[in-house]
Amino acid sequence: MIPAGETERKVRSGAGRRREWLIGRAIQASGAAAIVFVVLIFAFLLRDALPLLRTTSVGEMLAGRSWLPTSEPAQFGLLPLLLGSLYVTAGALVIAVPLGLAAAAFISEVAPGWMQEILKPTVEMLATIPSVVFGFLGLMLIGPWLAEVLNLPVPLFAGLGSLMLAFMAMPTIVSVSEDAIRAVPMSLRENSLALGATRWQTIRRVVVPAARSGIIAGVLLGLGRAIGETMTVLMVTGNAAVIPEGLEGFLRPVRTLTATIAGEMGETAYATPHYHALFMIGLMLFVITFLVNAIADAAIRRSAGASR
Amino acid sequence: MSDEGKEMIERPEGEIKLEARHVSLHYDSFRALTDISVSVPARRITALIGPSGCGKSSFLRCFNRMNDLIPSARVEGEVTLDGMDVYGGEVDVPELRKRVGMVFQSPNPFPMSIYDNAAYGPRLHGVQERSALDEIVEKSLRGAALWDEVKDTLRKSALDLSGGQQQRLSIARVLAVEPEVLLMDEPCSALDPTATFKIEELMLELKERYTIVIVTHNMYQASRVSQYTGFFLLGELIEYGSTVQLFENPKDRRTDDYVRGRFG
Amino acid sequence: MSVLPRPSPKLAQAAAFSLLWMAAGAVILPAAAVLGIMFYKGGRAITWTMLTSVEEGLLPAIAGTAALVALTAFISAPLGVGAAVYLSEYARGGALVRLIRLAIVNLAGVPSVVYGLFGLALFVTVLQFGRCLLAGACTMALLVLPLVVTASEEALRQVPSRLREASYALGATRWQTVRRVVLPNALPGIMTGMILSVGRAAGETAPILFTAAFFSLTRPFPKSVLDPIVALPYQLFVMATEAPGVAEAEKWATAAVLVVLVLGLNLVAVMFRARLRRVRRW
Repeated sequence: MIPAGETERKVRSGAGRRREWLIGRAIQASGAAAIVFVVLIFAFLLRDALPLLRTTSVGEMLAGRSWLPTSEPAQFGLLPLLLGSLYVTAGALVIAVPLGLAAAAFISEVAPGWMQEILKPTVEMLATIPSVVFGFLGLMLIGPWLAEVLNLPVPLFAGLGSLMLAFMAMPTIVSVSEDAIRAVPMSLRENSLALGATRWQTIRRVVVPAARSGIIAGVLLGLGRAIGETMTVLMVTGNAAVIPEGLEGFLRPVRTLTATIAGEMGETAYATPHYHALFMIGLMLFVITFLVNAIADAAIRRSAGASR
Repeated sequence: MSDEGKEMIERPEGEIKLEARHVSLHYDSFRALTDISVSVPARRITALIGPSGCGKSSFLRCFNRMNDLIPSARVEGEVTLDGMDVYGGEVDVPELRKRVGMVFQSPNPFPMSIYDNAAYGPRLHGVQERSALDEIVEKSLRGAALWDEVKDTLRKSALDLSGGQQQRLSIARVLAVEPEVLLMDEPCSALDPTATFKIEELMLELKERYTIVIVTHNMYQASRVSQYTGFFLLGELIEYGSTVQLFENPKDRRTDDYVRGRFG
Repeated sequence: MSVLPRPSPKLAQAAAFSLLWMAAGAVILPAAAVLGIMFYKGGRAITWTMLTSVEEGLLPAIAGTAALVALTAFISAPLGVGAAVYLSEYARGGALVRLIRLAIVNLAGVPSVVYGLFGLALFVTVLQFGRCLLAGACTMALLVLPLVVTASEEALRQVPSRLREASYALGATRWQTVRRVVLPNALPGIMTGMILSVGRAAGETAPILFTAAFFSLTRPFPKSVLDPIVALPYQLFVMATEAPGVAEAEKWATAAVLVVLVLGLNLVAVMFRARLRRVRRW
């Protein structure tokens, strides 16, 4: 399978060498393509978002309390959407982080070997279920059930979004945290046990702190997933662009940034202020998730390099 | 064991702290230790020597039941601490490990501050009060001959210390739980000669208060610090007696070959 | 200090471990229950006609999804594997490589609806593809690109360096080594990555919402890549939220089919990967 003789001579010739160079360039180009795409995405979002600033200022958008894109005059206040996303995401994390961490600790430290073999792939499978299916299940099954139990007028509300998102973010949190816990060297555990600690004391006082960076990275990645989720929240949160208030807000319909884009773009004409406003939201989402994922990646890199 | 065999294993005078009687250790079907019987005297240093891989570390780990961590390990025979069976049903293993402490080959400080490393054990006990912890930390760091070097930088990460300092910190960490026995598994093999010297000096001080068992592949170290020495070969205890006698006048030919460097 | 049992730490451990058991249960059991209900309700409603009929069945959606993921794979494979080859075999570290990796991490984290916006802006509008299969596939290819790159790079790195060394020692050039030694040995791993990306593409809705998908009974199959398509996830979305009068059973069936498809693809990939690990030829 290795070239020799005749092929070798061909390579040394001009044509062969040029071909090699061309191929090398093509491969380098496909590597650099990733950078090009990121820049392109940012550029096109910017291109179609900036025209909004002709009619609405950034301040008006961020602090505006009304999102009424189709009224006369149109209002593009993002506050209800920002708060909607905040509520749903925060609620999701409140459920997903403790449960996810506990599950990660369980799988790597407590579960017997055979159970580990089953649980790890099961959690990974959960992560692959499409968001539209989560939305469907929330809409058809869990929403109505919860509405009955909690006596709610409408089976579509922020808390339902949080619950579904929690189960979508959890596999990420569990996977990454579990990897981080597993990466803690056995010798550290041995030293703790040799000092007379129980397994739980060792987990709590040595293993989890040592895995801290990786766990934070997992949480951040889960956060990124939750912020960016579209279909699920579109289908279960009720899509009412109202400002949620207090804890009660969880039991009422809200609307997230992502759902706004997905729900309204279909009926928006090209190059109208509404169109630009939706792109502006897209731009914001791009920047937010970029930051969250960059921090998470740095944290993973640090935890991988620092297991001394 | 034959009568001739018993002669090879001396029983030290005075108080016996740890005892093993007909101890065998299996990892699944592989037999790592065969019929080991030995008495470890209190407040002395006992060295276990022999070529690598012949079961010395495995034997050491029987005394604080660290072998429990290996699922395939099976211990037969009796291991006692002050006459109490260490593998008995009512034994609280974490408690056992507080009485029988261990220092490992590679210093493994927790990724915390020096102070927190030393205070780890007492905190497990439930000691919470700052002043009490301060006292214990200072006492153990002094006991490990490390206090003067770190007393002003207790909050710094333990990972910043040198190898020798980290190993002394590991010792301090164990001293803080106030054990009666110190099991040391090749404690100097990862250290340079100066650091090794310091630890050997420390061991000689510590033996006044603690019973020490040290596994070492360095015969010179064994002859320098220990009062009793046992020679292991392929999972068997070939000979055990006072260090002076074992090195200058070994009873078994294999011991003789080993201490003269004819194999290793 | 005696060796009598101390209640406190052991009790704390027992309590803590039971909490951990409960947490694990709280994660697994509801998920299993809900999925079980879905398969039960959906399974009952799936009939052969349902799967294959055009008018009231899922055939257009299944065909549309199949066309979409196939075209997506076709576009993303050369780009993704090429990038992976660059990172694993050609790159020499330094700023460019770090930037590329950062870009891939970034692409992996972009919300799917933002990909939809980008697809709308670039492929549909500026490049004037219109809402069609091609625009959807291009958009989706971008979305799965990070997945393909990561999986392929891992597969390439698994090939031991001694194989490369042997090749170079015999006078091969870099590309010859890659093409004849590295790629063939990494191919199974690369294929696993492709299967995973196909599974991902099959389930995503937001990227095709404004770029490719529609819900139509009159034009069920695209005649060319420039025609819009009906896709399973979009079909499920519309059935659940907008289309009135769709029988509940049909909705469950559609959901079940989609989940079976996606889970099936992922399961195949996972098993493939597990078998790979066992049958290492070196």
